Amino acid sequence: MRITELFDNGEFVVTAEVGPPKGIHLEHLVEEAKESLSGITAVNVTDNQSSVMRMGSLPTCVALKNAGLTPILQLTCRDRNRIALQSELLGAAALGIDNILCLTGDHTKMGDHPGAKPVFDLDSVSLLHTVCQLEKGTDLAGNPLVGEPPKFAKGAVVSPCSDSVDAQLAKMERKVMAGAEYFQTQAVFDSEKFISFMEKAKQFGKPVQLGVIIPKNAGMCKFMNKNVAGVHVPQHMIDALAADKERAKAGLTGVEIAAQIIKECRPYCQGVHIMALGWEAKVPELLKLAGI
Amino acid sequence: MLITELKAKEALLPQICGKVFIINCYGCREIYFPDAAANEFQKELVDSGCVTGSITTDYICNPDNLKVRLAKHADAIEAADVLLVFSCGVGVQTVAENYPAKKVVACCDTYALPGFQGVTPLEHDCRQCGECYLNLTGGICPITACSKSLVNGQCGGSKDGMCEVDPNMECGWERIIRRLKQVGRLDALKCPVQVRNYATDEDVK
Repeated sequence: MRITELFDNGEFVVTAEVGPPKGIHLEHLVEEAKESLSGITAVNVTDNQSSVMRMGSLPTCVALKNAGLTPILQLTCRDRNRIALQSELLGAAALGIDNILCLTGDHTKMGDHPGAKPVFDLDSVSLLHTVCQLEKGTDLAGNPLVGEPPKFAKGAVVSPCSDSVDAQLAKMERKVMAGAEYFQTQAVFDSEKFISFMEKAKQFGKPVQLGVIIPKNAGMCKFMNKNVAGVHVPQHMIDALAADKERAKAGLTGVEIAAQIIKECRPYCQGVHIMALGWEAKVPELLKLAGI
Repeated sequence: MLITELKAKEALLPQICGKVFIINCYGCREIYFPDAAANEFQKELVDSGCVTGSITTDYICNPDNLKVRLAKHADAIEAADVLLVFSCGVGVQTVAENYPAKKVVACCDTYALPGFQGVTPLEHDCRQCGECYLNLTGGICPITACSKSLVNGQCGGSKDGMCEVDPNMECGWERIIRRLKQVGRLDALKCPVQVRNYATDEDVK
């Protein structure tokens, strides 16, 4: 099932994301996803997230699909050139994976193999364009595909709380032009910023899913403020997490904060995308508290 | 060493609107300059009456030299809407930086050739990729100013305007968008999807 069909029906689409293991066992990931994420629309599978080497997104997507979930294949341009990316897309379509999220990807210097060659032969925009070419029955070089072309729900990302909002909107427009059908955002902690971003982004007419991280503790928030582009956790949230460490540790404070953000932003977006970062088990509780 | 070749006329003409001033850089003698093709193109422009003036000089990549050489042409430059630069990528970037209010058009693509490298760029760099993007980016090179060499816009890795790969480096696309806004050319971002052609890039030969 392509998640664009749900957006078209006006549904509020809930997705979450999981990261493949740095190893060969998928049992734990699949079990946890079945237990905590069966109730949501679809599950993103990251592609060597943060440039840290792990199992690929595609085999993990297939394992989730076999377990009855709807996976979204994340595809970055950091590790593969245009040949490998197109090859991966054909493979995904052959294996029944029809939801994708196209990203440029973090630089290799940010990860655990800083000496690796960063590829970036394509970027998020030209990757979306390439997917559209494949859907029309030719590859990027114009050579015909054999048989029925693939068809994907094509997603992209945008960072609404970035301090470069103009640059982000310009890039978003290029992604729409290149074929993006839905957007997931970087984590939002400032509802007002998100709402004012959506006022400008609605001109593109594409569904946007609010990005949500459940904050675990004050230290994590300070780390994100210092190191993660496009993420800013306001001081009052950090204070709330620091005020009662036991409550924060149990996830209660973080889930409350995330639920509040979802409630405030819900009228302005078409779905929510939860980056649980290991707290997948708290997703059902978060959705309940947010009234979804 | 590098060579420059004139861009296709069809690619250049849409960039030219209003009055133009022409800057030719014969540069370091190691550089091949497309004399005949450039002269022919420039003659057509002169005949059409849109040229306010022109200069043929060298080492425009050196900003001090550039200022001295162009000082005599201040009136003709002032009267022009567009500065047409026939040089390598470094020259175009230097002109763009020195004339932030003017539309600066790169008329050549810069290719690399093995052998002696010409003049040392001071602040700007040209990776001699063979498909100059400066006309789409307000004269700031996305290949050298962006750590991922992205040609379709900013990634999500800019923090407080700085590149997350190198916190001492300003995000190249932040600079590009600021420049485009300054010269009223944000519409350049609506150009078709750009896919690089590595067949022209010396790095991968």
